[in-house]
Formats: sequence, structure tokens, C-alpha cells
Amino acid sequence: MTTQKLVVIGNGMAPGRALERLLEKAPDTYEITIFNAEPRVNYDRIMLSPVLSGEKSYKDILIHDDAWYAEHGLTLKKGCKATSIDREKKQVTGADGSVVDYDKLLIATGSSPFIIPIPGKDLDGVLTYRDLDDVEAMLEAAKSGGSAVVIGGGLLGLEAAAGLKERGMDVTVLHLMPTLMERQLDTAAGYLLERAIEARGIKVRTGANTHEIIGEDRVEGVRLDDGTELPADIVVMAVGIRPNGDLARDAGLEVNRGIVVDDAMQTSDPDILAVGECVEHRGTAYGLVAPLYEMAAVVADRLQDGSATYTGSVTSTRLKVTGIDLFSAGDFAEGKDREEIVLRDAANGVYKRLVIQEDKLIGIVLYGDTKDGAWFFQLMREGASIEEMRETLIFGQNYAGGSPLDPTAAVAALPDDAEICGCNGVCKSKIVGAITEHGLTSLDEVRARTKASASCGSCTGLVEQLMAFTLGDGFVPDAVQPMCGCTDLSHDDVRRLIVAKELKSIPAAMQELEWRTSCGCAKCRPALNFYLVADWPGEYEDDYQSRYINERVHANIQKDGTYSVVPRMWGGMTSSQELRAIADVVDKFGIPSVKVTGGQRIDLLGVPKENLPAVWADLNAAGMVSGHAYAKGLRTVKTCVGTDWCRFGTQDSTGLGVKIEKMMWGSWTPHKVKMAVSGCPRNCAEATCKDIGVICVDSGYELHVGGAAGMHIKGTEVMCSVETEAEALEYCAAVVQLYREQGRYLERIYKWMDRVGLDAIREQVVEDEAKRTALFEKFLYSQRFAQKDPWAERVAGKDAHEFAPMNRIAMREAAE
Amino acid sequence: MNEMSIPDTQHWFTIGRLSDIPRRGARQVLLPRGPIAVFRTQTDEVYAIDDKCPHKGGPLSQGIVHDGAVTCPLHNWVIDLQTGDAMGADQGCVRTYEVRKDADGLVSVSLSGGSGKAE
Repeated sequence: MTTQKLVVIGNGMAPGRALERLLEKAPDTYEITIFNAEPRVNYDRIMLSPVLSGEKSYKDILIHDDAWYAEHGLTLKKGCKATSIDREKKQVTGADGSVVDYDKLLIATGSSPFIIPIPGKDLDGVLTYRDLDDVEAMLEAAKSGGSAVVIGGGLLGLEAAAGLKERGMDVTVLHLMPTLMERQLDTAAGYLLERAIEARGIKVRTGANTHEIIGEDRVEGVRLDDGTELPADIVVMAVGIRPNGDLARDAGLEVNRGIVVDDAMQTSDPDILAVGECVEHRGTAYGLVAPLYEMAAVVADRLQDGSATYTGSVTSTRLKVTGIDLFSAGDFAEGKDREEIVLRDAANGVYKRLVIQEDKLIGIVLYGDTKDGAWFFQLMREGASIEEMRETLIFGQNYAGGSPLDPTAAVAALPDDAEICGCNGVCKSKIVGAITEHGLTSLDEVRARTKASASCGSCTGLVEQLMAFTLGDGFVPDAVQPMCGCTDLSHDDVRRLIVAKELKSIPAAMQELEWRTSCGCAKCRPALNFYLVADWPGEYEDDYQSRYINERVHANIQKDGTYSVVPRMWGGMTSSQELRAIADVVDKFGIPSVKVTGGQRIDLLGVPKENLPAVWADLNAAGMVSGHAYAKGLRTVKTCVGTDWCRFGTQDSTGLGVKIEKMMWGSWTPHKVKMAVSGCPRNCAEATCKDIGVICVDSGYELHVGGAAGMHIKGTEVMCSVETEAEALEYCAAVVQLYREQGRYLERIYKWMDRVGLDAIREQVVEDEAKRTALFEKFLYSQRFAQKDPWAERVAGKDAHEFAPMNRIAMREAAE
Repeated sequence: MNEMSIPDTQHWFTIGRLSDIPRRGARQVLLPRGPIAVFRTQTDEVYAIDDKCPHKGGPLSQGIVHDGAVTCPLHNWVIDLQTGDAMGADQGCVRTYEVRKDADGLVSVSLSGGSGKAE
């Protein structure tokens, strides 16, 4: 067979899918060239919102990386727009002047955001929400905070608003119509959505018509028709999309709203096909991914001389704003011959509405509880009669038969062509087929092979049920180590969900994450408390009763129930005045042991609990504060004498140690953090076995991480070298903040480093300046709330009950 | 022993108010023969047991209280507050005391009844 030439214009998700299918079946049919106006490979555009909100990174949403193009021998012309098509000569010309011949041409030019033609639309700071460049522009703007106005309260507008809010901007959504997402939602669901959006601190103005965008060189605000002016540092236009048909029109192809194609996805030229958002099929242009993938499958088949046809799609919508569950499909306008079934559960924020015509489901709106969306959607697409199950229909699939079914029975009952993954258009038979054909046993394998649940992930449960159904006992769900017996979730999942669902108290976390116990246990409660302290500084109120005794009474419990007290000595420096005060305290309270610790501090051992406040009062009076020797937090910064005294010292190691300790004291971390600063490579402060160590050298500071000298002995690894003391401080704080965000409770830094890898830490702290700055700032922000001397607070009377018995029953009364 | 003695006023001691004990927390009541720990759960049940873990004598009043149990601060034994028994794989038992709350929120403990299993 002779190799034909295929040229593809556009490198979005639709042509990407078409090529993938084509290469799977017939890898050698074509020599393929792709014109890609964006300077990137193919990525998952529907996942831009999680990138904007920070839940995912660009890497996470790549569909095809460079290696994929290379492996399949595709020529990808990145950043090269196709400028013209010559149908006579069968050639495409690119912006770089290159001319490529084709036998078959696939046009996939996608769509452009619709820009409302109002004054000010071209100002700097007016953005759209379409590709990664837009997201990057928004992230850049969000860095300095300020206000954003989003024009358009549809799917994209709301996702953009939620993302910008997440990034710390003050956000207002303007929507022309009286309720949000009016094309997908009825007014009741629109109202619930508006309330949920407002509950996130996003302002919503419905019925708002934008008159002009104001500003000199850049956006300063938005003026509405009613004269209201809203200040804005950026304006995002998300009012809709328009198919890109210009290139096709210029080439003389038939173009209405979009490029006109028939059921074979063929344009008015038999050698030219079109796919994706740029096409118009039977009068409809689609902007959702599922129909585009259906088209792509037909294109792939036609390119192999197949006879598949595309007959249009019934689409469903899901909003990808974490914490808001919303599903809609079909037609839900009211009508004479239509009936509806409605379920409202205000307390749980659930609203479901099914629209029925002649015993068939024709419209679905689900808000708050969308798990039956796929099943309803399937009933609707099939046009199945719901007559028999009308009474229980609204309660969903589990109850449709009258009694609840077990989950695998529910997936077993689905027909083979039931769509499981809406994002990637994967149906049941494809998943089952892949599992049996390739012997897949893990969710990751199924994701890799079929793409099911690989995008938004909302169908993960269904896919797992399908695996359980197909593999029977052979299915072992991904082995995650649950946090404790109270939950099946891992530390990482709990952590992610605390942020994603904005859980801000232990009861909220236990309720939302379906804890099995009413009150947790001694493993999960301290962990949850730490995650909440670390994730919501200034908002979360520490749960005292979920802290281990040492952190509750700010001293270390000893084997006999007495406590040890360690005052802070910044960088290990002390003075005669401090030593005298310590000696006086020892005498006054008859403290039995005084010991110097490995971290250069003085430990007073054997203090009865009721004496603690009085001991602290005397130490406070001499200017000493808690040394946090008991904390899952910064313990000590050990130093050598550096340039102050040492003839080898290269930098002021003592001074830096003191500065680090003053910056970091009081911070809570997943486990204890011990640091050291040595003034030269002789390393007298033993910095290379600490969680974080600094070695001063002539040229600056070598920063080490991941050492340990407890149960495990482990030397540090060098993270990087920096030149100035200010940098050393910033990098150290950034590493600690990253550890605070990623470390599992009771996981030391070295274990965290083993798990995520030094490279990943370097990438975020050393190479990515913006990330480092953000980490540093977050650390400093949370320190504003953490740096209160716990001893002084308790000397002043806080938690007084902790240090006194409830009652004493004297000898005579209690004699037995 | 371990017979149910009828509460005798002589053996009931008022130790304070419910509000003196933090929810999911404990307070000590000192006795000549050693402290007892009085616990208040999330749902306001009150239990009293010897403040001494059957493992290595750890002060149970300093532990984390969860549902009807406490985890000892020294080596994480978990003690059922109602029965005084160690839970899970550990073997051991702490002496428990009968507790009553009156309508005014006063808490009393009986030093004669309860289980004597540990002694």
C-alpha cells in the first residue's frame, strides 16, 4: 500500500483523538503533518479550570507529549499557523512559508472566544478563557491580587471566576440573563448555583449588561448599562465561542456558522474532512468534548476508508467547580404535554428535576447529588420507557427496581454502549474489553489504556465498579494506606479534599469525608488538626483536645507523668542573666535534673504539671519563651560560632541561625523540624544530619535537606547554593512551607523527600521563582498567627483547668 | 468481689460541675491512694477510672479522648472508658468508678462501687 499524505490543521483534542484512533488501527497509512498555531503539544483543554484553581499543573493535563509525536513519526509544526489551502494543488501553506502537499486534509481549527463589541474591548487586561496562554495571563494577574470582572455566567465564566477567586482575587460575575447557566439549568437550579457561587465569596450580578470597559492603557473597570462602575484589574470575557471557519471559507468550502460537514464528516470537498468545534453538522455546532470525540472516531474510520457515520450528539453538561455538583442534559422547558418529577432536599442542598414526555425522559437537571447523572442520561439517550419505574425514578438507579441494588449489579445492568466517562467518551464495552483483553488490574492501567476517568475523574467510582464487576475477586482497589481505622482515605486524599472542599473544622472534615467513627481516634484527630492549621491559617481555630498532651501543655511528658521544660535559646546562644534565671527556677521549684540537649538547649526535667505555669512565669520574666521542644514544629537551630570567633568561619553562622529561628519559631509542621547552621565545611554544628542544614562557604550558603539522626541515620542532600543570607532564609522557609503542604502527618522531612524526590523539591523551591516566593509568603503569613508564646498565654490564664486537679478528696473522707 | 453495691451517700463525692471538664477531655481528682481521671466525651457522658494505664502506669487523664475511649499518652494503649478494658490486642484493665450527673450539672463519683477487676 502506498503511503498517502495527511495534513491536519489544528492540534486540539478532537484531531488528537482522531489521530490516536487512526494510528491505533492503521499506523502506516499516512505520512502526517500537523499545523499547530499554539506553541505546545496536545493538552486537555477541559482541564484548564483545575490548572487555574491550582489543583492541577500543565504537566497533569498533557494528552500527547513530544515523545508521542516522535514515536508515531508525526511532523508537528508547533507555533505555525496554516495560512491558506490550495485545493487545486492540494497544498497547505504555513505562516513560516512552508508548503505541504496533501492527499487528505483534516481541518480542525476549533473556535474562538466571542468578544463583545464594546468600547475598551482591546485594552490590556481584557482576557478570554480558551487556552493555556489565557490561564497564564490570569495567573499572572492574580499574583498581585486585585479585582476581576468575569463577563458571562455560563460554564466557562463560572469556572474562571471560581479559579480566580481561589487564586485570591476579588471576583464579580456579570451575567446578561436573570439566572446563571440558563442554557443548561432551569431557574431553580440556577438559583441554587448562584447561592453556592456567592457562598464562595464571588459576587454575582444577573441581568447585567456591560456598556463599556474603562481604562486608559489598561483595564481599570467596567461600566454597566445602568451606570454602575465596577473596578477591575482584569476582565475575562466568557460569553461564548464562534467556530473558526475563515481558513475554510477562504478556500471556497461551504461555511455557515461553522464548516459544513455531512454524516461522514466530509466538507464540500471530498478530500477534506473537518472535526471539532469548527464544524457545523446538521445545523449544530458543538462546544463540548463528548460530541467532538464521537466525531473524531468517525473521522478516524473514514480516513481508513470506513463507513462510520456521525448522526449528531445528545450532550450533557457538568460544571467543573470543585464542591459544586451539577449535571444537566436535554430539554427542560415547560410544555403542555410534558410532565416533571421534582425532588428537593433543602437541608442537603439537593435539587433534581426530570422532564418526561410520553413516558420518556427528555430533560435532566441535577444539583447537589449528581451520581445518577450517567444513568438518567443513558435512559434519555436510549429513549427508554420509564413507565414501570416512574414512582422511584427520581431516587436514582439503586432504587429504580424497588429495592437497592449492589453497586456492581448496577453497572452490570448498564448496556454495553452506556457512556461511563463523559469527558473522553468511553463506553462500558470499551472498558470491559480493555480489561479482559490486556489483563488490566489497576485503575491506572485502565486510565492509561482507555482514558476513562483520566480527565475530570468524576466517573472514577463507576470505573472501579466496572472493574470489580469484570474481574470479580481479582479486583483489588488501588492499595491506599488509609489514614487510620476511621476512614478509607489516605493522608493525601484527606489533605486534598480539605483544600478542595474548603473543610475548615474537624467535624466538617469528618462529616464530609464520611468518617466511620463519631469522634475520630488518637491517630486521625491530631493529623486533621495539623492539616487544618496548616491549610487555613488565621481561619481555623486550633482544636486543643485533638493535640497530643505535649502540645497541649507545651512541655514533654516523662515516664513518671512529670514534664520537662526547655526554654528557647535562639541559635543556642544564652547569657549569664538567662542562666542565673534558670538556676533560680531550678532551686525554687526543686527541679531534680538539669541537662544540656543535643540541640544546644537546657532541659529542666521532672516538673509536676501543676507547677508548669509558675515555672514558665519565672522564665518569661527573664525574657525566655517556650523552646517548643515538644512540638511537631520547629525545634532548634543549632549553630557554631562562625565568623564571630572561629578562625575558619566563612559567614556569620550564629547570626543566621538566630535569624532562621526567629523567623520559624512557632510554626507547626507534619513532624519535628531540627535545623543547624555551620560556619564552614568542617561542619561543627552537624548540619548534614538535620532536617534542614546550612553550610556556610566563602561564596555563600549551601542548603541541605533531608537528614536524620534518630532511628534512621541519613546524611542530607544538597538542594542548592545561594549567595546571600536573605536568600538562605527565603529558601529555608520555602522548603518548610512545601513540607507543611505536602508532608503527611508524622512524616519527617527525609521521608517526605524520599517519597516526592529531591528533584521535585528543587523544581518547586529552587527553579520556580514564583512558586518559591509564593511558598515564602504563605509561610510568613501563617507565622503571623503561629508566633505567640504559648507559655505566656498560659501564664496569663489560658487553659487553666489543664494545670489544676478538678478536686481533691481528703484522706478522712476517702478512707475505704 | 464486683457485687453491685447500692449507692450509699457515704461513698458518693461531689467533685465539681460537668462544665469543669472539657468535652473530649479529662480532669484529675486527687485521692490519697492516687489520682482518678474523670472523662467527658463529645456527647457529655462522664466516666471515672484510675488515672493509671495498666501498661506502664501512664496518666490516662492526659490522653486523647475519642468516642468512649482514651489513648494513653505514653505508649498509645487505648482504654475503653466504660469497662476500663484495654482495647485491641492489648491485655489489661483499669478500675472504673460509678459516676452520676444531677440536674444542676454537678458530677459525683462513687468510690465504693464500680468494677474492681483491676485490683
